[in-house]
Amino acid sequence: MNKITTTDIDKLAQLARLGLTGAEKESLATEMTAILDYVKQLDEVDVSKVEPTSQVTGLCNVTREDKMVNCDIERDEILSNAPETENGFIKVKSVL
Amino acid sequence: MRKETILELNKKFVQRPDCVNDELKAILKTIDAREDNLNAFVTITAEPALQDAMDSAKRYEKGQSKGVLDGIVVGIKDVFCTKDLRTTASSKMLDDFVPAYDATVVKKLKEAGVVIVGKNNCDAWAHGASTENSDYGVTKNPWDPSRVSGGSSGGSAAAVAAGECVFSIGSDTGGSIRQPAAFCGVVGLKPTYGRVSRYGLIAMASSLDCVGPIARSTEDVAKIMEIIAGYDEKDSTSVNIPVPKYSGALNKPLKGKKIGWAKEFTEMGLDSEIASALEATKEVYKGLGAEIVDVSLPNIKYGVPVYYIIQPAEVSSNLGRYDGIRYGHSSEKSENLIDHYFKSRDEGFGAEAKRRIMLGTFVLSAGYYDAYYNKAMKVRTLIRQDFDKALAKVDVILAPVTPTTAFKIGEKASDPVQMYLADVYTAAINLAGNPSLSIPCGFDKNELPIGMQIIGKHFDEETVLNFGHMYEMKAGK
Repeated sequence: MNKITTTDIDKLAQLARLGLTGAEKESLATEMTAILDYVKQLDEVDVSKVEPTSQVTGLCNVTREDKMVNCDIERDEILSNAPETENGFIKVKSVL
Repeated sequence: MRKETILELNKKFVQRPDCVNDELKAILKTIDAREDNLNAFVTITAEPALQDAMDSAKRYEKGQSKGVLDGIVVGIKDVFCTKDLRTTASSKMLDDFVPAYDATVVKKLKEAGVVIVGKNNCDAWAHGASTENSDYGVTKNPWDPSRVSGGSSGGSAAAVAAGECVFSIGSDTGGSIRQPAAFCGVVGLKPTYGRVSRYGLIAMASSLDCVGPIARSTEDVAKIMEIIAGYDEKDSTSVNIPVPKYSGALNKPLKGKKIGWAKEFTEMGLDSEIASALEATKEVYKGLGAEIVDVSLPNIKYGVPVYYIIQPAEVSSNLGRYDGIRYGHSSEKSENLIDHYFKSRDEGFGAEAKRRIMLGTFVLSAGYYDAYYNKAMKVRTLIRQDFDKALAKVDVILAPVTPTTAFKIGEKASDPVQMYLADVYTAAINLAGNPSLSIPCGFDKNELPIGMQIIGKHFDEETVLNFGHMYEMKAGK
């Protein structure tokens, strides 16, 4: 059984770019341990000769022609949802 | 409670166009009377709805109606983008998000002339089985306000059951249309994966998400599906095969048809009253000339564990886009870019979204990928094969929707695994991709609705709806 520790939680939260409080980390460690314990029942299934299924309708790499198509939404409409904009661009916090 | 079907309403509108306005006003009155208690909507759009109803009535007057859905009052689960109308996914992360476009399903319904009365409450990001995860409060069950309406499309199901709209559009990733429909005593269809476009649906788990109606009857579902189903070049997973006239096949006789029943269903914690209701259902079908055949679904018991690996994996990817920069909640406390990601996501996401992001990140991380994610994808193959084998022998499979009827608010809220088990009869069908109809088939001793599922072959919604409609006619709804 995989016991999830708060150290594991810290590592995963880094990967997921997710801020968590100390109390959240504690409860996540307990809950994730319980959930992983529950899903562990899959160990009893023999899948040595089974292919994985990632989707069910048999579609494969649906692509479209690499051609510009006009969008019927104006730039300003899309930008109106951005928290910060400047001269028609989305403004990002300083990297450093 | 108003129970007229879409066809009945349409007939009335054709005869007396002003009834479109009357019908909407009656629904707005119901909303006024019940919404404080139920909380089935995040946003109510009474003003634009009154205008849309007037426009619809004018079309009927001129003999230019857009079809059977013209003037029908609908709710839309708040996970579908609606142009110029706030769309929250019931999460504070998107509290002030106003989409610049309509989801394809919304666009098609608007073109068909519907009157949108509001956006239905749900679990935040559609994560849950009770709407208790909504950042806008729980939706109570219209049959008993101390109980949940189910989830995640609980607001949609409760609104339809309470007469706050004629139908609603929901989404179903692990049971989110079928389970609330069962808890609220209404009809819900999870179509085949790829049958209805998901363009403009806020993505939860992309290999599982399906869009479908929650309505008053199977006939209504058929009428709605004729409008919303079909290929969409904007959703690369939608499948390009013709949409049948679903309502044309509803009355086909069932004589000689075969219904599968799996013994595994009774071994998964099924409440005895639900088991009896399903036994009674079998008798109704026998009376219609159908035969009950034993089938086996040996891997269905792994549905929930497989689902709780694959689904959070996909959730963790899909929620990666909420970075506090392009749209959605943006932290005001951050110092630099990376800190902005952490703080915006911390402040915007609730407990369940965080849990799933963390779980998904874990099962996809180096060292655990094979043991969890890859393994789950392989067991998913076995579940899919179970349904294929069973459905090669029968026309449809009859199944429970839920192990129990609607549970009490708060009863499962503190134990994620208990809440996840609410999906025990539904999640496996999303993994396999098949269509499944949830329809009412009785009440328990607390007078709470019981539902059943009719599961069909891929893209055979026609047969599923035929079985549902024939049951309703025979059992008197």
